[in-house]
Amino acid sequence: MKAYLSDRMGAALLMAPLLLFLGAAYAWPFFGVVNWSFTLPEPGLGQYGTLLSDPLVQSVFVRTLRIAAIVTIVSVAAAYAITVVWVRGTPAQRVIAEFCILVPFWISVLTRAFGWVALLSNRGLFNTWLQAIGFISEPLTLVRNEFGVIVGMTHFLIPFAVFPLASSMHSLDDRVLLAARGLGSSRMRTFWSVFVPMTRSGIIGSALIVFVFSLGFFVTPAILGGGRSVMVAELIYLRIFQSPDWGLGAAISVVLVLFVGALMALLFRYVRPKQLI
Amino acid sequence: MPTYRPGPVSLILAALVALFLLLPLLAVIPVSLTPTRMLAMPSGELSLRHYRALIEDPRWINSILLSIRIGVVSSAFSTVLALCFSLGVWMFQPRFTAALVGFVLLPMVVPPVVSAITLYFLLTSISGVSSFFGYDTWLGVAMAHAVMTVPFATVLILVSLSQLDRRIDLAARGLGATVWERATRIIMPNIKFGIVTAALLSFVLSWEEIGVTLFITSVNAITLPRLMWMGLRDNIDPAIAALSVILIIITVLVLAARSAVVRLRGGQ
Repeated sequence: MKAYLSDRMGAALLMAPLLLFLGAAYAWPFFGVVNWSFTLPEPGLGQYGTLLSDPLVQSVFVRTLRIAAIVTIVSVAAAYAITVVWVRGTPAQRVIAEFCILVPFWISVLTRAFGWVALLSNRGLFNTWLQAIGFISEPLTLVRNEFGVIVGMTHFLIPFAVFPLASSMHSLDDRVLLAARGLGSSRMRTFWSVFVPMTRSGIIGSALIVFVFSLGFFVTPAILGGGRSVMVAELIYLRIFQSPDWGLGAAISVVLVLFVGALMALLFRYVRPKQLI
Repeated sequence: MPTYRPGPVSLILAALVALFLLLPLLAVIPVSLTPTRMLAMPSGELSLRHYRALIEDPRWINSILLSIRIGVVSSAFSTVLALCFSLGVWMFQPRFTAALVGFVLLPMVVPPVVSAITLYFLLTSISGVSSFFGYDTWLGVAMAHAVMTVPFATVLILVSLSQLDRRIDLAARGLGATVWERATRIIMPNIKFGIVTAALLSFVLSWEEIGVTLFITSVNAITLPRLMWMGLRDNIDPAIAALSVILIIITVLVLAARSAVVRLRGGQ
């Protein structure tokens, strides 16, 4: 009996500091934000009404969903192509693919967004070069619009999309592929009718990760969108710091959390969590 | 070892993706060498003036030192909390473990912008009480970073604990070791690699944290990413290109060293 009590005490003493810290520094202020959304500037559901009726807020939500959907499709497809080589290439190919995935992964989001500015801006590498060979006379507008945002976000999210795909490709049995080839199926057919269906859980997992990440993305859209292609996260920032309307910023945050939570719950119903990672 | 290798079409597509991934990192190199004050491609002459600016301008030095200080404090704090919590989970396997771990992982799963507004609420509330510890102070930023990095540290330590053989702990317990002795002399030495990795990852995450930092700082606590952000939003300062080149080189060197160590140990 004594040992049992000391076990419970030990567990409580070891686990309490972190739980108390996150309770005080994360859970409590989150409810504070929820409270803002119902009380600022006046008590009631006013901010949620604004959210449903304001055309600006709605256009931002629609743009965010559109950009997130495009980025998800492009990133997962691109990640798939490089993961195939990373997992199944020759040793030399694998080293090169790993380098190309891990170096961008570890470099900060600011540096990567800046790299795209250096590449795509009016006096950037791309426009300078196209003008030098006389292909265009006026620089193309490639940043400070939705195109720039999509390119930058895709670049940021490809490494994140790689990991779930890699684990599903690792667990795939080679003999199935060899059997398909042995039975006379072409390389293309083997890929589309055997390889891709067998990595389905990896595809779903990486699409979910990329989509959820894109919904709350802040830095890349703010830099590459140049204030013209505002997404939800930047709208929250603007409502807090530029046109102080804390209530609306808080209400948008609450809706974003609920949406992401619902999305994950829906997915966990159809895909068992273990298949994702 | 896979024997079914990717064909030529796969290789070409993968090469295009690899090019796309590396292109923006390579693009900053020529920009960092431009002799002009503005963001432009150098035409003809090259210059190292933007690298010199990084050393000579006190703003860059100050923000680098501040980022290191915040990174060390928040990483130490979050690693210790994560370690205690994980030891509690592993040694005692209490009820509701799944729910408690899920709660700890929340800052990692919730969209960063929502964590940012949450921490903004927290630090502005504290500011009303103390001017030393709250909005736009370095301690406030360190605490906010600890909130954001603690889930990652916890995951890493729980993973290394899950690979530990329970029988060594049972043996120690059977021989009469106290909880403290089991934790510090049996378990921790066996997961030290995981603890060090957790501390390093927490430091790196704090060092490059920007999404939350933007919400909780204004003029005093200017971390390095915050200073880069200011330089990117207004007139783009080519010193950022010079800094980016340095950060990219460090990353490549660290990754190369890591894969060399892995190869020497005979891993992979």
